[in-house]
Amino acid sequence: MKTCLVVDDSKVIRKVARRILEELSFNVEEAVDGQDALDVCNRMMPDVVLLDWNMPVMNGLEFLKKLRSMQGVEQPIVVFCTTENDMSHIRVAIEAGANEYIMKPFDREIIEAKFSQVGLM
Amino acid sequence: MRSEDFEFLADMLKRRSGLMLTKDKVYLLESRLTPLARNHGLESLEALVQKLRVSRSEALAVEVTEAMTTNESFFFRDNTPFDLFKKHVLPMVEKTNTTKRLRIWCAAASTGQEPYSLAMILKENWFKWKDWNIEIVGTDICTQVLEKAKKGHYSQFEVQRGLPIQMLIKYFTQDGDVWKLNDEIKSMVKYRPFNLLDSYSTLGSFDVIFCRNVLIYFDQKTKSDVLERMRRNLSDQGVLFLGAAETVLGITDAFKPVRGQRGLYVPSAGNVEQLMGF
Repeated sequence: MKTCLVVDDSKVIRKVARRILEELSFNVEEAVDGQDALDVCNRMMPDVVLLDWNMPVMNGLEFLKKLRSMQGVEQPIVVFCTTENDMSHIRVAIEAGANEYIMKPFDREIIEAKFSQVGLM
Repeated sequence: MRSEDFEFLADMLKRRSGLMLTKDKVYLLESRLTPLARNHGLESLEALVQKLRVSRSEALAVEVTEAMTTNESFFFRDNTPFDLFKKHVLPMVEKTNTTKRLRIWCAAASTGQEPYSLAMILKENWFKWKDWNIEIVGTDICTQVLEKAKKGHYSQFEVQRGLPIQMLIKYFTQDGDVWKLNDEIKSMVKYRPFNLLDSYSTLGSFDVIFCRNVLIYFDQKTKSDVLERMRRNLSDQGVLFLGAAETVLGITDAFKPVRGQRGLYVPSAGNVEQLMGF
């Protein structure tokens, strides 16, 4: 079973994402911000990270840059999932190493489609 | 819904579009036609049927048919057919087609996502195809959806269902909530209204036909008729894509399935599957 780390400061979003991902047969871990997510990755690297952009302590972009600079680890797939829905943010995310990008609001169909595109399903 | 109203609508839709409606699809009639009835100032589906019966309005009959035959579409729907197109069909075309002319028909183009997905695949390796005469023809019985297809404007929700983000960046521009497909992709597809029950003689011959999730709505005879006519409009080295839940088996001998490649069919006579590496 693949593991997905859901990184979002909203408890509601984490709950909704967890329900969808569990239905899609993923094991789900949660983190409330970028720093929390880095701590999780240091303990156990997930297969995929579903990543919000705007969060306190450390935002999603900063987390992604730090994650991609980690050496000697198997890099996970990173799918942004954010309300930042303009082309400039998408470009910045992809250049920083995101594999896919979901513009909120999202539903099961969108997560399924995006995860399929990056070979997770 | 009254039984005689159901029979009236089912008969009209079968004659006009081939659409087969069984009684378990009453909900579909209600969900799709009630808003249309309201748009016409009618209070119920029964009133709409009455108006169709009394006025015999062609325009209203067309509206009803279009409302019932519109199918949802999204970019790179089901992935597999597009992978097969990219990894097997195009290499075969490149090797065997000496005329450098490639004609593709999307027989139920709806709002354009399928033909545009094919256009984007071709554009991704444009260095191979730039000297080719490529024509992608998108047809649909519903003129309203073709208008949307021609515009190439999609919502945030539509561009997220199946479209890889790299392609969104490359081929779309954003205008507020609307994502607009670039002219270089739009210009690769020509649209025309077309009823699959009509004569195919004006369409010409194709190398690839996509006709996915359409046959499921037809009865056996219409399925067989449509498939046999498609065969006549497909080159001997052509391929046909059907939906994952559709088949030619037991319907026609004109096509055979490619073993292990769900949804991919080739003319029965010939060895197209071998040319594709299967």
